[in-house]
Amino acid sequence: MLELIDTYWLYFLVGQYPEGPLGGLVLTVLLSGAALVLAMPLGLALGIARVSPYRAISLPVAALVQVVRAVPLLLVLFWVYFFLPAVTGVKTSQATTMLMVLVVFDSIYLAEIVAAGMRALPRGQLESARSLGLGYGAALRHVVLPQTLRHGLPSIVNQLVSTIKATSLGYIIGLSEVSFIATQINTLVFTRAVEVYLILALTYFVLCFGLSRLAFLLERRLQRRPAQAS
Amino acid sequence: MFFDPTILQSGQYHDWLVQGFFLSIQLTVISFAFALPFGALVAVMRTSTSAPMRAAGATVVEAIRNVPLLAHLLFWYFAFPELLPESAREVLYANNPEVICAVIALSLYAGVHMAEDIRSGIRAVPATQLEAARSLGLGRVAAVRLVLLPQALRASVPPLLSQTVNLWKDTSVATVIGAAELMYQAARVETASFRSLEAFTFATLAYLTVSLVISLLAHLFQRRYPVRTA
Repeated sequence: MLELIDTYWLYFLVGQYPEGPLGGLVLTVLLSGAALVLAMPLGLALGIARVSPYRAISLPVAALVQVVRAVPLLLVLFWVYFFLPAVTGVKTSQATTMLMVLVVFDSIYLAEIVAAGMRALPRGQLESARSLGLGYGAALRHVVLPQTLRHGLPSIVNQLVSTIKATSLGYIIGLSEVSFIATQINTLVFTRAVEVYLILALTYFVLCFGLSRLAFLLERRLQRRPAQAS
Repeated sequence: MFFDPTILQSGQYHDWLVQGFFLSIQLTVISFAFALPFGALVAVMRTSTSAPMRAAGATVVEAIRNVPLLAHLLFWYFAFPELLPESAREVLYANNPEVICAVIALSLYAGVHMAEDIRSGIRAVPATQLEAARSLGLGRVAAVRLVLLPQALRASVPPLLSQTVNLWKDTSVATVIGAAELMYQAARVETASFRSLEAFTFATLAYLTVSLVISLLAHLFQRRYPVRTA
C-alpha cells in the first residue's frame, strides 16, 4: 500500500495538473468550497423568501424546494450536461456543469437552513428592531441574519460535507475529481483494487469526519453561550 | 427541437425506461428491507448501556456515513469481489453482480442514516418512561416493547420515510457500476437516440412522483400519529 501511495500520491492529489487540467482531491475540495460560497447569496435570498409573510413569495419558493429535494442530484446533472448544450449550443465543461448543479442544490439546502434559523429566532427580535425604527431590510441585515447565520454555522459546515460527497457524482460525467482519479489509478495498477478504493474511502473519511467534528464542536460552543434575549 | 411523446408510449426506448423504473423500485424495496433491521441493530448498539457497544455502533455509523455512496459502490463492485474465494466470486459474477453490489452498498449507506433516525426517536422518549414502566413491574424486554418502542416509533417514522426518499433518489447512483436502473436507462436512450428531452422528462416525472408520494405518506402519518409529549 505504501508503494502505491508513493507512486501515485501526486496524481491522486491534483490529477494531471500542471500538464493537464486540475483534478483529484484538490479539485473535489475546490469545487465543493466554491459551490457553497457561490450558493450563499442565492440561499440567503431564497431562505428569506421562504419565511416571507407574503404567501405569493413564500409558496413558489416552498414548491421549488420540494421539487429539487424530490429528484436525485444525478438527474439534474444529466439534464445540464446532456440537454443544456442542445439548447444553448455551447458545450459546458464537466467542471462547470458540476459547479452549476452543486450551486443549485446548495442554495436550496442553504435556504432551508436559513429559513429554519429565522423561524427559530424569537419573534421579539424582529419586532423590537422594527419598533426601534429599523426598516424590514435593515432589521434583517443587522439583527435577524447575524444571529441566524451564527446559529446556522454548524449546519452550513455539514452542508459542506454533503457537497464534498455530492462532488463524487461528477465521476459519472467524467469529471476528474478524486473518485475518478482513483478509478484511473485502479486501471493503471490493475491488481490492487482493494487498496486503491480503501485509500479513496479513507481520504473521504478523514475530510468529511473532520468537518463534521468541527460542526459538532461549533454547535457545542454555541450552546454554551448565555441564552440570547428572548 | 420538439417533444416527441410517442417514444415514451411504446417501442424499445419505452421498454428500456420502464424496465429501469422497475429495477429502481426493486433496488429501493430490497435495500430498505436490509437497511431497516441493520439500522435498528446499530441504533440499539448506540443506545446500549455498554460503552464498547456504543463505540462499535458509533464507528460503524461514522465510517459509512462519511464516505460518499459512489465510493461505496466502487468499493463493493471493483474491490470486494477480489476478497472473495474463487468459488464465491463465480457465484457472484453469475448472478447479476451489479445489482447485488448495489444492494449491499445502498443497504449499508441507508442503514446507518436510518440508525441515526431511530436513535433520536429512542432518545426523544424521556428516561422516566422506562423507569416508570420498570417500577410498575414490567420486565426489561416488556418495558422496551410496550412503552419505549411505541413512543420511539412515532417520533422516528417520519424521518425514516424521508430517509426512504433519499434511498429512492440514491438508487440513481448505482448507474456508476452499470446497474440498469432508471438513470442508466435514461442515459442509454440518450446515447442511442439523442432524445435526451423525452428520456430525462420520463425519469424526472418518475423520481418526482415516487418521492412526493413517500413525502405525502410521511405527512399523513404525522397527522394521524402526532408525537405526544409526556
